[in-house]
Amino acid sequence: MSEMSIAISEKLKSEVKNLNFYYGAVQTLKNINLPIERRKVTALIGPSGCGKTTFLRCFNRMHDLYPGNRYEGEITLYPDNINIISHDIDPIEIRMQISMVFQKPNPFPKSIYENVAYGLRVRGISNRQLLEERVEKSLKGAVLWDEVKDRLHKPAFDLSGGQQQRLCIARALATDPRILLFDEPTSALDPTATSKIEELIIELKNEVTIIIVTHNMQQAARVSDYTVFMYLGEIIEFDRTEKIFTTPAKKLTEEYITGRFG
Amino acid sequence: MTTVFEKELGELKERILKMGAMVETAIRDAVASLVDRDSELAKKIIDSDHKINALDVEIDEESIRLLAIRQPRAGDLRFITTAMKITTDLERMGDLAQDIAERAIELNQEPILKPYIDIPRMTETARGMVRDALDALVKGDAKLAMDVIKRDDEVDLLNVQVFNELLFFMIQDPSTVSRATRITYISKYIERIADHATNIAEMVIYNIEGKMIRHLAPPAEP
Repeated sequence: MSEMSIAISEKLKSEVKNLNFYYGAVQTLKNINLPIERRKVTALIGPSGCGKTTFLRCFNRMHDLYPGNRYEGEITLYPDNINIISHDIDPIEIRMQISMVFQKPNPFPKSIYENVAYGLRVRGISNRQLLEERVEKSLKGAVLWDEVKDRLHKPAFDLSGGQQQRLCIARALATDPRILLFDEPTSALDPTATSKIEELIIELKNEVTIIIVTHNMQQAARVSDYTVFMYLGEIIEFDRTEKIFTTPAKKLTEEYITGRFG
Repeated sequence: MTTVFEKELGELKERILKMGAMVETAIRDAVASLVDRDSELAKKIIDSDHKINALDVEIDEESIRLLAIRQPRAGDLRFITTAMKITTDLERMGDLAQDIAERAIELNQEPILKPYIDIPRMTETARGMVRDALDALVKGDAKLAMDVIKRDDEVDLLNVQVFNELLFFMIQDPSTVSRATRITYISKYIERIADHATNIAEMVIYNIEGKMIRHLAPPAEP
């Protein structure tokens, strides 16, 4: 398990304790323990089927959408000290605070403006001026404002793939989330759009805590502060990214990141 | 199955070993040209230093290519960066062998000052250090690399001994100054070779364990 622990303090945004997850009878996450540092990027890497996306989805209760899924353990959100995966906590409320950006850009079939305003409207915000301010702030946060400010009411689908992904990030930012989850956010993008998203992730961590799943190891190395290597539903190694990519402690990690796996 | 990248890493290692063998021979021959008063041999060393230099450039270029193309990580990354640093030390050792050969040619033109005893001893130790440092790289043997680092003190000590002895000669008979100074240089060159072998051993430890141990100890007495 983890050789390193982040001192428990105000530095932590979240902490995963003894997390197990089951798809019906199949256990896909096994005794996961992990600190998530505030305003840092934590990357989850590992081969397909290792459980990294399953793990990411626990953070905003995506698994609740299907019956038969079961969580055990705790994912504590600080400073509120609430257990995200507890039945007493409303998943809708959690998703406002912990937003996800997916592999393929998935804007709503609405205007650019309405995509970003959507989450705010769901929250009951209808004041036009407030909405406009928040939409502008979110689009600026996603470094998209300058490109779309003159066509806010045009369909979101008119944007390029990279722009659509940044729109999805703006949409996620609109509700002022505590944690942003990225599930392979650049796998459908070209290298230029990819580097824009990567720059954006590094920029965003000044404001928000980030967890990212990526198949691109160089991407994990470029954007993250901490890296978690997972295999068969377990955390094999967790450490500072720099350490994982120069001197991993576990043989399995070394084999995976040097491409000698299996 | 060996991947193309693994083959490339293997070839890089081969080249380092080849360069190491060339340097080791150059050191041995340079001192032999002094002890045996063989200026022809000394000239050969001077003439062939460019081969060592060429290999240095080749290894650097290949390392840069692998960094760019393969984006190596963990052990592979450490090995390639180690390779780049090791060749710099090997190349300097080649230059020092050339310097020894140049001084040997000068000394061989004059009567022998005294039989060479400590210089061959120092050379053997320094050469052994070079060989073992590279052996440690091949075998991934951090203990052997540590042992190389320890042996540097022996060479340092002999260097001081040679200097003191030659100082005595120069004080007693100023006509020996030109020869004694040259021998002092040679002793210093060999001492530097041992330092470079130590650098290699330190990088080998980094390659194996990921620990930078350079500049951790206080500098040894000169």
